[in-house]
Amino acid sequence: MISIKNLHASIDGKEILKGFNLEVNAGEVHAIMGPNGSGKSTLASVLAGREDYEVTDGKVVFNNKDLLEMSPEDRAREGLFLAFQYPVEIPGVSNINFLKTAITEIRQYKGLPPLEAKDFLKLVKDKQAMVELQGSLANRSVNEGFSGGEKKRNEIFQMAMLEPSLAILDETDSGLDIDALRIVAGGVNKLRSSNRSFIVITHYQRLLDYIVPDFVHVMYNGQIVKTGTKELALELESKGYDWIKKETEQAI
Amino acid sequence: MADILEEVTGSEYKYGFTSDIEMDTAPIGLNESIIRFISEKKNEPAWMLEYRLKAYSKWLTMKEPKHWPHVSYPEIDFQNIIYYAAPKLKKELASLDEVDPELLKTFEKLGISLEEQKRLTGVQSNIAVDAVIDSVSVKTTFKETLAEKGIIFCSFSEAVQEHPELVRKYMGTVVPYTDNFYAALNSAVFTDGSFCYIPKGVRCPMELSTYFRINASGTGQFERTLIIADEGAYVSYLEGCTAPMRDENQLHAAVVEIIAHKNAEVKYSTVQNWYPGDKDGKGGIYNFVTKRGICLEDNSKISWTQVETGSAVTWKYPSVILKGNNSVGEFYSVAVTNHHQQADTGTKMIHIGRNTRSTIVSKGISAGLSNNSYRGLVKIHKGAKNARNFSQCDSLLMGDKCGAHTFPYIEIKDQSAIVEHEATTSKIGEDQLFYCKQRGIDTEKAIALIVNGYCKEVFNQLPMEFAVEAQKLLAVSLEGSVG
Repeated sequence: MISIKNLHASIDGKEILKGFNLEVNAGEVHAIMGPNGSGKSTLASVLAGREDYEVTDGKVVFNNKDLLEMSPEDRAREGLFLAFQYPVEIPGVSNINFLKTAITEIRQYKGLPPLEAKDFLKLVKDKQAMVELQGSLANRSVNEGFSGGEKKRNEIFQMAMLEPSLAILDETDSGLDIDALRIVAGGVNKLRSSNRSFIVITHYQRLLDYIVPDFVHVMYNGQIVKTGTKELALELESKGYDWIKKETEQAI
Repeated sequence: MADILEEVTGSEYKYGFTSDIEMDTAPIGLNESIIRFISEKKNEPAWMLEYRLKAYSKWLTMKEPKHWPHVSYPEIDFQNIIYYAAPKLKKELASLDEVDPELLKTFEKLGISLEEQKRLTGVQSNIAVDAVIDSVSVKTTFKETLAEKGIIFCSFSEAVQEHPELVRKYMGTVVPYTDNFYAALNSAVFTDGSFCYIPKGVRCPMELSTYFRINASGTGQFERTLIIADEGAYVSYLEGCTAPMRDENQLHAAVVEIIAHKNAEVKYSTVQNWYPGDKDGKGGIYNFVTKRGICLEDNSKISWTQVETGSAVTWKYPSVILKGNNSVGEFYSVAVTNHHQQADTGTKMIHIGRNTRSTIVSKGISAGLSNNSYRGLVKIHKGAKNARNFSQCDSLLMGDKCGAHTFPYIEIKDQSAIVEHEATTSKIGEDQLFYCKQRGIDTEKAIALIVNGYCKEVFNQLPMEFAVEAQKLLAVSLEGSVG
């Protein structure tokens, strides 16, 4: 699905990603954990193509294509989805109109005609039910006046609508109460399939109780320093990150 | 990433073509004999000539308003303008077949059909059109259909001939020739425009529209429009305008007057798309316009909706005098400036009657090196009990080389008034753009989406087919405003 090799990226001349490697196969869920400032959100931004970051070295192959060569919109059209940590508000643009535009663009890229209105509306209805999003939210302006939880749910709703092959969840659990967390995770679980992969970035093990990952990676200082299964997340929860930092520094 | 908003490239003005039409023009310059020439060309009655001459002598004593509007442009040489230019027409056109085919082609190209069975822009609609090219109206459609209901919709010149009593009664009552420099100039040299009268109790069954086109080089267009809605009448009126791309600046100085009697309602929508000049600021129309309506009697309503995307310099304040009790005035505006364009636009709401209400929603969008100002006055006279105003002025900046300014004036002489003013300034966020792109939407489409969302409250006020046009126009105007 995606193969990231020796990825180096910096912002304002400061290197954040320092030789990051990761292989994600179709259908797998990878969790990335790590202390603040380890580069987790930078990884998400670089993969999505945010231009503030400069990629200085490395290679990323996504669905057999050179990801780093593609514009952000083409990455999205190829099936890469980022659930934002801080979803932005777009006043006056309804969620429905926003998604219709996005889906039409993606379909056009794939040489498909726009969805018929009734098929589109049916899709909206089905996916709304899937992520337990109220009908009224879909008709409101994109994220405008949404609570923190509603914004995150809206991200999952968009993900369900766009049906990406790779979804990156950037701290989607931050700021969620336990009910919202359950709903968001429930949405993700319903979207898990053998041809869809996830990279779940989180600070807390809590989310991984609901979204059970195939692999857990610990990121520190711009690299993955430890890889394990879901038990590693539990270990981190009880022991914190300090032991990993020490291990890493000793290794150097 | 910051430079994504910086690169400013050219945008296409698709109405910039010129038409080769045989023209009849006045000698260049302005003096009494030019005014007599115009009046004679139009075969006007003596009272009209007298009105023009009075306006001219007043104008000679007036100064161009150059100090207060937030715009700058070189001195206009009023002696270097042709004040009358008309396509040579055969007398008394019996049918459309007699119109110069070149002229018909011009309007076809603009998407305006002068044939009644055809519909504007292909959308199922019912619109009567008055087409004005340079100084004269060339054709008014659906006149007979409208006449069955007693509605008069014709060119201003024709109204002077056919309905002099109405023209004399109302002309200059809302915008007197003494009003301002450009209103005085217009009153002296106006050439054509539309006249519309909706009789008592009639709801106009179709949209009425006037399409203004400046074609001839070196000319000014001085449009005069008068709309009267008698007791209980309703009309929705649309105005559109374009001009060829020329290196020179051309002057458009219009006067529009609206009168709403008891329980009457007039909705006036404009999509202003005069040639804005090229991306270096060369050429373009100077659009200095006085538009004003009066809610003369109780329970009347006047609503202005404007989408301003064109002109090199715009100076325009569609206003409402709320004289009748319970009368309502509305102003919805989207003003877009790009490249070197300058706009100083807004409204005046003058509350005189009791329980009068006004709403102002202004959305300014500045891009490139342009300057966009909102200038508004809300005036509550003494005795205007329980007057209410709500104003919302939003500015959207694209890039960091443009300017947005707000000059709201409020004068309240009655303590029972409630006046609210809200203003915001925002930038098209790179975060917003990135969010759209991450969902597969490219930059151009993302900007159109964001800007249309921002203007939604105003677009909602436009008639359907106009709203669609306006959205498209906005996308074209902002094309290339980000790299």
